[in-house]
Amino acid sequence: MSEKEPLLSKKNLKLVKDPLNENNPITVQVLGICSALAVTVKMKPAFVMAVSVTAVLAASNVVYSLVRNYIPPRIRIIVQLTIIATMVILVDEILKAYVYEISKQLSVFVGLIITNCILMGRLEAFANANKPWPSFMDALGNGAGYGLILITVSFFRELLGSGTVWGYPILEKIGVYNTGYVNNGFITLPPMALVLVGLIIWLQRSRFRNLIEKV
Amino acid sequence: MKSFSNTYIFVFSTVMVAMVAILLSFVAEQLRPAQNKNREIEKKYEILRSVGKGQNYSKEKDKAAYIEGEYSKYITGSFVIDSAGNKKEGLDAFNINQKLELSKPLREMNLPVFVFTGDDSINRYVFPLTGKGLWGPIWGYVSLNDDYNTIYGAVFAHKGETPGLGAEINQPFFQVQFINKKIMDDKGDLVSVRVVKGGADPDDIHAVNAISGGTITSVAVQNMMKACLTNYKYYFKSLKTGQNE
Repeated sequence: MSEKEPLLSKKNLKLVKDPLNENNPITVQVLGICSALAVTVKMKPAFVMAVSVTAVLAASNVVYSLVRNYIPPRIRIIVQLTIIATMVILVDEILKAYVYEISKQLSVFVGLIITNCILMGRLEAFANANKPWPSFMDALGNGAGYGLILITVSFFRELLGSGTVWGYPILEKIGVYNTGYVNNGFITLPPMALVLVGLIIWLQRSRFRNLIEKV
Repeated sequence: MKSFSNTYIFVFSTVMVAMVAILLSFVAEQLRPAQNKNREIEKKYEILRSVGKGQNYSKEKDKAAYIEGEYSKYITGSFVIDSAGNKKEGLDAFNINQKLELSKPLREMNLPVFVFTGDDSINRYVFPLTGKGLWGPIWGYVSLNDDYNTIYGAVFAHKGETPGLGAEINQPFFQVQFINKKIMDDKGDLVSVRVVKGGADPDDIHAVNAISGGTITSVAVQNMMKACLTNYKYYFKSLKTGQNE
């Protein structure tokens, strides 16, 4: 490269912006579906999960990208796993020390960040061949894209399933229950999250036709 | 693609693993005090809930300070007894590892008791419970009135019971059922409280409703309560005879 690229160049910003819509990790790359079903019953844990995944992804992407030229390709998957697992344990320990309540709600899901396909997917597909800064931007973008879907799904699941938004009993306050409305317990079960993700994918593809795969 | 020798691969993995190990143990050591503090607050909160205190927990900003304050205000004492009901000196009831104690033979068990003094200055006694649920450990605290028979309050908690079914044991609707139930029958034998599938007779002073779909966990609560309270049997008896004299 002859001249230094600015930190927030068009190319780098595109790395953040693309995963929010056209290259969304959940709805387009179809990675990380499992946790999208598991932690989206309430908005708060969904948000913490999104932040945790973004933090782990950003840290792993940068670390992996820094050492990418020294990693023997034959053991690169093991190295990726080690880096991700280390970051996950760090996040888990920090949550346990500073936001104990939320760490109890997330319980096993934090450990399951390791198995979140987004992480290994981005390490293998992006950080493996790019410099630390673009890798960091890529992680932010994918983390945000993941979080966007999580928050959207959990908003509807919490509103329809528990009648609250971010823990605030909004339906009770506006008096919907007086009309005979009851919370739909079915929404709080994982299968409905899958239906919601399906609806989002449908909406997105009917608006952005170029996302529809050619048969 | 660059090629790497086997030696390089070995050295690379060894160094990587060593670095990761050092980093993680360092962080774990640094954060341990804060994590232990959280567990301590959680335990104090559970003890307080078993006597119906700490109800402003969700509203308070500084939860730790609130719980510490309530705990030192209401939990006025704690002591450790052996299975014969004699007090043991030199042990801290709060830091007793219940799971470890229950694996010992009955005669060697250290059994903690917490004393709660309410706003009416009547003493009530809190007994810890530990047991096995369907998927993992369950635990709780039950408080008795000073007749050592009538339940004043109970809380249960779990590590990973089925959400929506067995996990409901930590919900108030299940726990309030235990209030005013009795653990002794007319003859003074310890029968504890049963969970009844399909609904208990409301007049039955030894039974509560099981949770629909969570029968195994409900029964686990029943067994845990009976097993743990049985360890205190002689203690209850000695207090009873003490009162009669």
